[in-house]
Amino acid sequence: MPTRLFLGDEALAQGAIDAGLSCAYAYPGTPSTEITEFVQRSPEAQAGSVRGRWTANEKTALEAALGASYAGKRAMASMKHVGLNVAADPFVNAALAGAHGGLLVNVADDPSMHSSQNEQDSRVYTDLALVPCIEPATQQEAYDAPEYGFSLSERMQIPVLVRLVTRLAHSRAPVSVRERRAENDLSPSSDRERFILLPSNARRSYIRLLEKQKDFAKASEASPFNWLADGADRSLGIIACGIAHNYLLEVSGGRSPHPVVKIGQYPLPLEMIERLVAQCREILVLEEGYPYVESHLRGLLTRTSPILRGRLSGALPRTGELSPQAVASALGLPKSSGFPESSAPRGRPPALCPGCPHADTCRALVDALSAFGDRGRVFSDIGCYTLGAFPPYGAIDTCVEMGASITMAKGAADAGLRPAVALIGDSTFAHSGMTGLLDCVNEESDVTIVIVDNSTVAMTGGQKSAAEGRLVSICQGLGLPAERVRVIEPLPARHAENVAVLRDEIAHRGTSVIIARRECLQTLKRTAGHTSGKGGVE
Amino acid sequence: MKRDIILAGVGGQGLLSIAAVIGHAALSLGLDLRQCEVHGMAQRGGVVQSHIRYADGPLYSDLVREGSADLVLSLEPMEALRYLSFLRPDGALVTNSVPVRNIPDYPDLELLHAEIRRLPRHVLVDAAALAEQAGSLQSTNLALLGAAAPFLGLPEAALEASLDAVFAGKSDRIRETNQRAFRLGVATAPA
Repeated sequence: MPTRLFLGDEALAQGAIDAGLSCAYAYPGTPSTEITEFVQRSPEAQAGSVRGRWTANEKTALEAALGASYAGKRAMASMKHVGLNVAADPFVNAALAGAHGGLLVNVADDPSMHSSQNEQDSRVYTDLALVPCIEPATQQEAYDAPEYGFSLSERMQIPVLVRLVTRLAHSRAPVSVRERRAENDLSPSSDRERFILLPSNARRSYIRLLEKQKDFAKASEASPFNWLADGADRSLGIIACGIAHNYLLEVSGGRSPHPVVKIGQYPLPLEMIERLVAQCREILVLEEGYPYVESHLRGLLTRTSPILRGRLSGALPRTGELSPQAVASALGLPKSSGFPESSAPRGRPPALCPGCPHADTCRALVDALSAFGDRGRVFSDIGCYTLGAFPPYGAIDTCVEMGASITMAKGAADAGLRPAVALIGDSTFAHSGMTGLLDCVNEESDVTIVIVDNSTVAMTGGQKSAAEGRLVSICQGLGLPAERVRVIEPLPARHAENVAVLRDEIAHRGTSVIIARRECLQTLKRTAGHTSGKGGVE
Repeated sequence: MKRDIILAGVGGQGLLSIAAVIGHAALSLGLDLRQCEVHGMAQRGGVVQSHIRYADGPLYSDLVREGSADLVLSLEPMEALRYLSFLRPDGALVTNSVPVRNIPDYPDLELLHAEIRRLPRHVLVDAAALAEQAGSLQSTNLALLGAAAPFLGLPEAALEASLDAVFAGKSDRIRETNQRAFRLGVATAPA
């Protein structure tokens, strides 16, 4: 089999293509973005046989994938962990309706929050939706997961969650690839009872879903991603999930002296785990993310179940991603001695690029608000402009989740806060800001919404923004009068006039939108062909 | 044969290109490889790092274990010192001497250089000057790669071939400048 060097994300994408993928949908989000970028760059997508598309948000991505699955094709939706919150409605309900063509939901978790606002563990969602989950440990398993997952999905008529974590998603390793399987033929489902979730149908679907749990468990016991490896030293048994298994092998010289259950598919293979527990006095659980497996095995009786050790017991840190060193410590192995830490390095937070349009908007906004005393607040959102939080700008007061800027500003304005300003990017506005604007327009809420329009999804590397070129007509279409939709060009030379426009609209009692439009310097550089000698792999 | 390397720098310095060249060379020699990168938010002028591991036997972890790095290779002197706990006692630190001062409280450069010079195995090189000499400041990362070449356990010929392969999409002029910068870096290595 030929070998290729792939990021975990790329291995998953190639694996899906080679497993007969037809449609891939996604909203960009670190560390999941490269899955869909890889699909888009593939010869299959270039030739038009595979569809790889950015969507307005993760919910629309998953719904489109469900529709393609309904039509009989193999389809997938990819997102970062917090994207699954946005897509939770279709995720949970697609489990009830079930898949027809193979349906994968690929979710990349970001423990340690390298590029995220939380480190939620997507495995928890499998308890809510009652679906199987594959957690690849290696790039090779990430490649193998789609073929297995699509088959499982079709056999059991269920969406399958594929969970990646940052260190697999963004790490390269050689991967053996197979011949490509043909795509499924178009064969739309005619099963109205299954796909019309009226209560009378849904009750039956729910019973069926519960009955399938036995089959999911059986599949986990026989899964190529799960196994029990024997070990001579039975004083300790180890359960190692996903990439935690790599760290275990690394610090054990390739083979653990203790018996190990390696887990890469859920629901948990209980028979396998019971065989381990029967032969070992003490169990150590190694898992990336939440103490998900440890909590399940322990239940709530933390004081009366002394044989379990893991992230909950304190054997491993409760927060942040695992490391070989953390696993070694949990195993009681000696610390390998490096040099003492240096006290010299200072923090170096990410910053807006020199000349970034957001910087000009942030400066203008701070100046505009200064005319209103210190009572105003700027409710911001997810994107590069969140970096306006850092000095020298200090331009924003909140950043919670995608779309929350406009709606939090509305609620604060309703509560009497004035001025209430929302700062949101063009792509985030398309993702989940438009509905909030509709709420504001309907109630004539006293909020000023600044849409920073750099015409791209910048933070994740410059993907196409879903509302590109149509922000004015979208705002007017949602009911905002034309005179309340202002467009400014954020440039140092226009600072004074931009401040004046912002002050006008902040002073206006009612909803207004100011679109600060200037293209992202990163995408501008790329489209202008000014590629640097440092190579295009940033 | 096994190498555990921490690559360090600031977003935008071309760290991933160094990683790509080393990784390409290791693969071309039939070695197993893991190359862990930073994407996303940190690339906007923040701290970036990459873990690279290669060996003639199987590798398991994508991350280098603390106290196990054979080499810390840094494009920036303060960033070089951020990863000392990863460096094994007989490991080497190779770093660019030129600072990226994009923070208000950047430490005294002389103190940083002095701390680097106290390490038993270190190379402190003005990679920017070498790159300018080669023809473009853009090749600073590859001049530094040259300075680190003796510590990589890979034949220089393999690295040179990988330099051309990784930058195959660029112009001849850029590839030649890259090669010159790399050679100038190699020439600074301690005998």
